Amino acid sequence: MIKFLLKGLMRDRSRSLFPVLIAGTGAFLTVFLYSWIQGAIGDLIQSSAQFDTGHVKIMTRAYRELSDQIPNDLALLGVESLLEQLRSNEKEMVWTPRTRFGGLLDIPDERGETRAQGPVMGLAADLLNPSSPEIKILNLNNALVRGHLPREKNEILISEEFARRLGVTIGETATLISSTMNGAMAMHNFTVAGTVHFGITSLDKGAIIADISDVQYALDMPDAAGEIVGYSKDMLYDDEAMLELTKKFNDRFSKEDDEFSPVMLSLSQQNGLGEYLGFASALGGIIVVIFVFVMSIVVWNSGLINGIRRYGEIGVRLAMGEPNGSLYRWMIFESIVTGFVGSILGTLVGLGASYYLQFKGIDFGSVLQKSTVLISSVVRARVTGWSYAIGFFPGLIASVVGTIFAGIGIYRRQTSQLFKELEV
Amino acid sequence: MRKLIIFALLINVCVLHAAAPPGPPSEAPSGEEILERIDNNFYAENRVSISSMIIRGVRGTRTIKAKSWVQGMDKAFTEYLSPAREKGTKMLKIKGELWTWSPSTDRIIRIAGHMLRQSLMGSDVSYEDFMEDPELSNIYNARVTGEETIDGRPCYLLELKAKKSEVSYYSKKFWVDKERYVPLRQDWFAKAGKLLKTVVIHEVFKVENRWYPRRMTFRDVLKKGSGTEFIIESIDFNVEIPEHIFSKASLRR
Repeated sequence: MIKFLLKGLMRDRSRSLFPVLIAGTGAFLTVFLYSWIQGAIGDLIQSSAQFDTGHVKIMTRAYRELSDQIPNDLALLGVESLLEQLRSNEKEMVWTPRTRFGGLLDIPDERGETRAQGPVMGLAADLLNPSSPEIKILNLNNALVRGHLPREKNEILISEEFARRLGVTIGETATLISSTMNGAMAMHNFTVAGTVHFGITSLDKGAIIADISDVQYALDMPDAAGEIVGYSKDMLYDDEAMLELTKKFNDRFSKEDDEFSPVMLSLSQQNGLGEYLGFASALGGIIVVIFVFVMSIVVWNSGLINGIRRYGEIGVRLAMGEPNGSLYRWMIFESIVTGFVGSILGTLVGLGASYYLQFKGIDFGSVLQKSTVLISSVVRARVTGWSYAIGFFPGLIASVVGTIFAGIGIYRRQTSQLFKELEV
Repeated sequence: MRKLIIFALLINVCVLHAAAPPGPPSEAPSGEEILERIDNNFYAENRVSISSMIIRGVRGTRTIKAKSWVQGMDKAFTEYLSPAREKGTKMLKIKGELWTWSPSTDRIIRIAGHMLRQSLMGSDVSYEDFMEDPELSNIYNARVTGEETIDGRPCYLLELKAKKSEVSYYSKKFWVDKERYVPLRQDWFAKAGKLLKTVVIHEVFKVENRWYPRRMTFRDVLKKGSGTEFIIESIDFNVEIPEHIFSKASLRR
């Protein structure tokens, strides 16, 4: 009997192909959309962690208040001793000092007069120290386009696009005009060691990366740094662990009545990234709920149409003595089979499309020309473990829920009327 | 009838006098006269001075010593003498243009645009302040609004309004020493009326028939810190200054 019914299911396209297509489309859209948004949000969080927030960041309380303005006059002092304490107390983390700064980069001609000039965003990181993790964290080896990474004092990296705009070549002098920690004008000569492409529009427009000791000298910041960033050794962000670390540090070091005491913030406590993280984790659920709801209505509707089309078949089966419950359960079983097959197909297609965009990505560089957000201009999908499973929720649940509603009509058929209806 | 007319005139004069707003006594000089006398004290054809600038920031105090050569309104040259980090840095102003040179970079950089609003050596004074026309009567109209006492010295209260709108400080309020014609206190305002800077002169001295501030404090009220104190260590008016000083070549010398 089961074999007979399964054959019927396979041969009758309206009972198999269309429900499978509906479930498959839902599963595909769910998997693809989920992976795409995971990729976009993941990129934003990863770029922010790499270049700005770290997994945790330490700054003075006063600096935190105005951090958008990069107030280096409020920078951390006694950085070496603080780093020493952090490295001995929090061994599961990697700690590194950084200073962000703004200013003008001025390229001289042969007479020392200005040949080209442009506003610049600078990042000072520990580049010359061989044990520093910065080259890996900032992914500088992969970002290098021309020249080499800084090897000597006063060597800098400059973004490729900015270098081309200024017409500066490798080995040329570039003068940084900025402000010292005391607010005085600072001028310092650097040598362009190489050019880099970060794939982040706001950085590629005009950024330099210099060694922190050179910038400490240039900006008159001895033993000072704007920020100290910390990363977990496996480079995976664990919000709960970072929040715990933040609390532990702040309880020990941060004093409310001292605006220059250090304060630690986790990634989720900076730049509204907590909301993004919350959104990213809630996203799977949101997408599933939306698709289950929409597809249930679609499947319910197609079930109702099917019910009318299969009016005779259901009538015959009821007339032959098949109980209502058995028929109802069989229809649900059918929907589980079609939902399952559809989910597998939809998930496979969705994963294929997501993997393609994970490697290929879509370049939004032209739209992000004026962007100041640290987000990669090439947005990629990201396939996670959840991407493999998420398509089954709408695929299966919607098919079953839709059939449950559509199949209720079976109980409304009156056995006494069946033969009369069948005669017609 | 004649008595009646005289009586009516007397009543009229009294009423008009009573209705007039309270103001400075009739013998007080006008605002413009006071500005001119301030200019006579401060402005000279040329001057050479050595001064110290004590910058009291939130996180410490720095002292910067400089020698300046000033000719008329348009030319000024400053060489920083200490501390070691600033030593040898030079600044040249010719008319509306400003250049700076630092020995560590050997670069002559023109300071223009938004850079003019930056602080001069981290002090409470900006490059824009440094560029301002030193003769007040060229930029401002003045009106005496009352009298007050500052540190026991009677002062005219003067309200200055810019003649043109493209100035750094649209209005200023001066407390001018009645005897020496030195503004002992100044409040500088933006066009919207917001107080931006205050200047307090703590000590004046007489040199060649003019009163000149020896010690004064500038305070940028938008900045944290206790202000920047200027101390004139020595000043010579109307001395011969070689013309080559005011050239870009002298920045590198």
